[in-house]
Amino acid sequence: MVNSTSEQVRYDLAVIGAGPAGLAAADAAAGLGLRVALVDAGAGLGGQYYRHPAPELGAARPDKLHHGWRTFAELRERLAAAPLVDHLAGHHVWAAERGEDWILHATRGPEAADRATVTARCLLLATGAYERQLPFPGWTLPGVVTAGGAQAMLKSGLVLPGRRIVVAGSGPLLLAAASSLAAAGARIPAIVEATAYLGYARGLPVLAGNPAKLAEGAEHAARLLRHGVRLRRRSAVVEAHGTDRITGVTVARLDARWKPVPGTERRIDCDALAVGHGLVPQIDLAVELGADTVTTADGTAALRVDAQQRTSVPGLWAAGETCGVGGADLALAEGVLAAHSVAGKPAPARELTVRRRRRAFAALMAAAHAPGPDWTGWVTDDTDVCRCEEVPARAVREAVTELGAADARTVKLLTRAGMGWCQGRMCGPAVACLSGGPVGRPDSRPLSCPVPLAQLAQRDGTTELSE
Amino acid sequence: MDPLELVGAEPGPARTILFDGRPVSALPGQTLAAALWADGVVAWRTTRVGGRPRGAFCGIGQCFDCLATVNGRPNQRLCLLTAEHGDAVTTQEGHGHGELDV
Ligand SMILES: Cc1cc2nc3c(=O)[nH]c(=O)nc-3n(C[C@H](O)[C@@H](O)[C@H](O)COP(=O)(O)OP(=O)(O)OC[C@H]3O[C@@H](n4cnc5c(N)ncnc54)[C@H](O)[C@@H]3O)c2cc1C
Ligand code: FES
Repeated sequence: MVNSTSEQVRYDLAVIGAGPAGLAAADAAAGLGLRVALVDAGAGLGGQYYRHPAPELGAARPDKLHHGWRTFAELRERLAAAPLVDHLAGHHVWAAERGEDWILHATRGPEAADRATVTARCLLLATGAYERQLPFPGWTLPGVVTAGGAQAMLKSGLVLPGRRIVVAGSGPLLLAAASSLAAAGARIPAIVEATAYLGYARGLPVLAGNPAKLAEGAEHAARLLRHGVRLRRRSAVVEAHGTDRITGVTVARLDARWKPVPGTERRIDCDALAVGHGLVPQIDLAVELGADTVTTADGTAALRVDAQQRTSVPGLWAAGETCGVGGADLALAEGVLAAHSVAGKPAPARELTVRRRRRAFAALMAAAHAPGPDWTGWVTDDTDVCRCEEVPARAVREAVTELGAADARTVKLLTRAGMGWCQGRMCGPAVACLSGGPVGRPDSRPLSCPVPLAQLAQRDGTTELSE
Repeated sequence: MDPLELVGAEPGPARTILFDGRPVSALPGQTLAAALWADGVVAWRTTRVGGRPRGAFCGIGQCFDCLATVNGRPNQRLCLLTAEHGDAVTTQEGHGHGELDV
């Protein structure tokens, strides 16, 4: 594997994202004789699930923070020895263009010369997901971090956001995060989960078909039990307290629609809060190309793919969380299946089985953890909904009730919510809910990340994109 | 138990960065945000409208809450930048929309 850009090379396949899906795809594609560019914004391989300490940290036992570390170590080793794969690290792709070939536009840094393009015959989108945030009073205080962010900072930098960390929100990532934070020495006064987990009970046959998933969950549960961590179900953090840093949270019981039940509030002291409500597929590049999407059971937009992982756009494949959040094993299987389709080879039976089982499991999880319709009950009028532009819920509500806005797009134009640096990734789902419009519509982001103007200007025919 | 002990880390010698002029040590390979967390610092910017403190939120480059000025260049995401010896991180007030930087 070469670690550099080769602007002259015309690749058979460009893979965007070097997480489980992208790694498995690049490995399988090279095995089938394809010339592959594996492009990732990050410096290393692994994506979210296999995020690991920087090599200079000299971790002798990185597997302590991972399930399935061996799978990653083997993939990494095979890719390092694969002459057909170029790893283009530190390349953030901000647009994909279809001509005779695909042309990817990427940025590697702030200077005009940090622009790069990659040319390929076929394109696989394996860009993963980002966390869904539902705002509550105090969520902008320092020490409040995302559950996946706490996990990522721990896995890569071996650091904790505090000593006493409440873990809250909804979804399986909470258990994974709490389990590693506790193992790394943090006190976890509580895991606060909004659902009752009852949804799982209805899907027993699906659970039985996914023993590996069960084992992983059981391992987290055992570790949490060992550390004396309590799981509070049907509850939510309805306020974070503090002035310059979080000092505690108020937790309340929720009814079945996620409405806080008055009189059930309890205060828990902490110096950090790790919070998240599931994941949202990161699909901007494909949405800008007009790819069809589906709405998942938990109200997010994912790419629609066929049995061969092909999107509705010719020459564009997708694998992993971009097709709906389902975890690392599913991502690995879909990566392999996509590579076979690109190479025109029949799909391997093992991966077909894994995909079928894990997709069913994912649908079950999504339905179980879908936010209840009344969560907005804990959002006070002066809670900032948009962190970047500091737009309070009051402004969003007024845009709806007084100015007649009926969807997120109109609210955005009237209030600037979602117009800041993160391009609505943090507030998008919340704004959609508060505006009463449809949820699960894909957001439009013509540029998938901020691009220095000097680099934008170099792209032919893009004057409409540069301000 | 701490995170380094958990994974049996034996990092090389620490680097020193400057946070608003104060020396803070950073382990090799850690991001600037990680080095500040390890030092107990969780805020390094104030917001444009409310003047409220902010630090790292998403930890993976997506929220842009962790912006600060690094070696004179404003609006840098500290969760993405590896700490290098002598890096000067300065608290940032507000954020300039003038220059769209990565
Ligand atoms: C912050 C976070 C932490 C998580 N931690 C865990 C965990 O501890 N345990 C667990 O079971 N699941 C975790 N997950 C869930 C995660 O989604 C996994 O299920 C798994 O990593 C998904 O694999 P993937 O290959 O689909 O995507 P990912 O692993 O997310 O990989 C996507 C890759 O694409 C790259 N990328 C995205 N956009 C671009 C672009 N425009 N240009 C270039 N590169 C791009 C990213 O840098 C990333 O490396 C986490 C998710 C998040 C968001
Ligand atoms: S913490 Fe979100 S971008 Fe750095």
